[in-house]
Amino acid sequence: MTALLWLIPAALMLGAMGLLGFFWAMKSGQYDDLDGAAERILIDDDGPIVDDEDER
Amino acid sequence: MASVEPVLGPAIAQAGSPAQAHGDEITAFVRETEEGKAIDLAVEGAHCAACIVKIEDGLQKLDGVKRARLNLSTGRLAVKFHGADAKAEEIVGRLEHLGYRARPYQPETADDPKSDEEKRLLRALGVAGFASANVMLLSISVWAGEGEMSLPTITLMHWISGLIALPAVAYSGWPFFKNAIAGIKSRNVNMDLPISLAVLLACGLSIYETALGHGAAYFDAAIMLLFFLLIGRFLDVRLRARAGQAARDLAALQARIAHRIEPDGAIKAIPARDVKPGDLLRIAPGDRLPVDGVIIEGRGEIDAALVTGETQPQMLEPGSTVYSGMINLNAPLTVKATAARDDSLLAEIARLVEAGEQGRSRYVRYADKAARAYVPGVFIMALVTLIGWLGVTGNVHDAVMNAIAVLIITCPCALALVVPAVQVVASGRLYGEGVLVKSGDALERLAEAKSVVFDKTGTLTLGRPSLINRDDISPRALTLAARLARGSRHPISRAVADAAGPGPLADDLQEIAGGGLTGTAEGAVVQFGSASWLGLEKQGQDPDPSVLEAWLLVEGETPVRFVFSDGLRADAPEAVTGLKAQGLPVELLSGDREAPVAAAAHALGLDRYQAGLKPQDKIARINALNEAGEAPIMVGDGINDAPALAAAHVSISMGSAADISRSAADLVIQGDRLAALPRAVEIARAAKARMMENFTLANIYNVIAVPLAVFGLVTPLVAAIAMSASSLVVMANALRLWRA
Repeated sequence: MTALLWLIPAALMLGAMGLLGFFWAMKSGQYDDLDGAAERILIDDDGPIVDDEDER
Repeated sequence: MASVEPVLGPAIAQAGSPAQAHGDEITAFVRETEEGKAIDLAVEGAHCAACIVKIEDGLQKLDGVKRARLNLSTGRLAVKFHGADAKAEEIVGRLEHLGYRARPYQPETADDPKSDEEKRLLRALGVAGFASANVMLLSISVWAGEGEMSLPTITLMHWISGLIALPAVAYSGWPFFKNAIAGIKSRNVNMDLPISLAVLLACGLSIYETALGHGAAYFDAAIMLLFFLLIGRFLDVRLRARAGQAARDLAALQARIAHRIEPDGAIKAIPARDVKPGDLLRIAPGDRLPVDGVIIEGRGEIDAALVTGETQPQMLEPGSTVYSGMINLNAPLTVKATAARDDSLLAEIARLVEAGEQGRSRYVRYADKAARAYVPGVFIMALVTLIGWLGVTGNVHDAVMNAIAVLIITCPCALALVVPAVQVVASGRLYGEGVLVKSGDALERLAEAKSVVFDKTGTLTLGRPSLINRDDISPRALTLAARLARGSRHPISRAVADAAGPGPLADDLQEIAGGGLTGTAEGAVVQFGSASWLGLEKQGQDPDPSVLEAWLLVEGETPVRFVFSDGLRADAPEAVTGLKAQGLPVELLSGDREAPVAAAAHALGLDRYQAGLKPQDKIARINALNEAGEAPIMVGDGINDAPALAAAHVSISMGSAADISRSAADLVIQGDRLAALPRAVEIARAAKARMMENFTLANIYNVIAVPLAVFGLVTPLVAAIAMSASSLVVMANALRLWRA
């Protein structure tokens, strides 16, 4: 039975950490632009993708 | 009525870059912040990583631009920059050069109630999800350990469950408790009352049982119930917010600016809502009047299509009254504002709209109807159980327990999910079809509608004239007329320019307000305008009153007649046929003159039409239909349609409609696709069928579960399974709509 006394608080702690993580993500605006975040990972920061033609 | 939007016409494209044409509008939206100037833009056409880079890098290369950040989900671009306000024009010009159309918009304030509610629900959903996962973990070990686990261990598990569930219920259940309290205060029974009761009773009973050490607790059922309901409610709010944002985007495209003449003679661009009575306003050709007023100086033609539904422009002179929403066509006007924006014709219309909406608020939603039938039924059932058990066994504790079990098990979970689940799916599908659903009950009312009333100008028709006798006109005559017409914003000139396509302008081009255009091309003087202005004799045939005409006169040649009419939208016949096929009689109500209305009605095969109607006449007709039980759908776009839209059983406006019509309507068709109408009716009817099925399912569930509760057979395990299963079945049935 003592196993439970460890397991239940451990489960709760882990769950609570997940919940806090979710709140933090929401507060820091990570859900504001879901599509943008998915596309931004494709951007290569080394050089702009702007066409030369558009540049001028 | 995007068709009359001046800045995009081919005529202007000749005159200069569009950015210059509405540059002063942009500067009015520049905000001062702590770190310099800021402007928010709604960008069209950005949808991939390359677009983000192109836009953000492209702007950051501009001098003075500090930061540009594009939100791809919403299409909003926030730019921070240094320097003069006019820099904003350069930014928009740059975007246009990169291939994206951008318009400034007023950003929502941080305390936007809609997005607050969405965030609040999302947090509640997170808490409920966390709590139900952990409580379930404990409950399952109790169920699995049946017969092995000692009573003190079970009680310990229940106390821990309670410690997790009770704060979570208090937090996540608040949206429901709040509505239930409001419902009791206003003496309206709503679904949130039985939900709140079921949750609170389940928790109260569990605490009592756990304290006695009996070993039956319903914490898991209570928190799971809230979790499922919150999913439905969150999706509902988010979809509504998305539709609302799309509607605001449309409004941003029509940002209103007024040009006030300052005492020193300078002209200043100000937001239209800052205009005060007595202000002198400069109305350039192509501008829309921001408020009601009287013309002080200038003579010119005015397009009142959006205000009265009349396609033929009117000639106005000093002393004439003009109304907000009218478009100045060809001469600069000085107008004295007679009323501030909140006090103009628009405001009068707004009052009529409000009156119509009050009538509509009497509509009772299906969910509330169900709640009204359901709540007394459940309470009577619980009472019968209490009395029955008391009478048969005389055991007060068992009687009370079983009565409470009835209240919990008939849990409105499935019933409460019936309507939102279906509505979320149906609204999502309509959103995909380009139809925005603005209010929750609009779909129910759309499914019930028994007739359709159309406005003509701008709804069934394009709202602007187009050339109809092109075959009778020689290519040379058309080219000559177009060289004159490209320099004018008059709807007839625009029609000629559209028909001829891009090309050069004539020399010495002059526009005579109320007459026509004159210029020189190919070495000859060319004139294009009305017969009376050109001094032409009346020709053989009588002019058809349903069309507009103009004449081209080239020095020393026979005059050529150009005929125009306000053409039907390409998909209007399809829409009308589709609606008729669904058993809805179609009717036409217009503020335009008899002849064009009759012509449009004839072309669409409509027998019922009325012309020359004022807004009040339209309301009268709509009310007559309402009273006759014809439950009309009103489809319109003009300012004059707004009160009728509000009065109708359900209303639909075009995406390009006047602001007030869009806000009065229940549904908005984006992109003005009339063909979406029959589709919308079809989806609404399918949604209603799904709702009815769901009500049946929820009732079947209750028929099975209630006897169990009445005879005291409900254990926590049965309660948890029954509640979750019924919710899942209802959700699954709603999802079938995606394919219907």
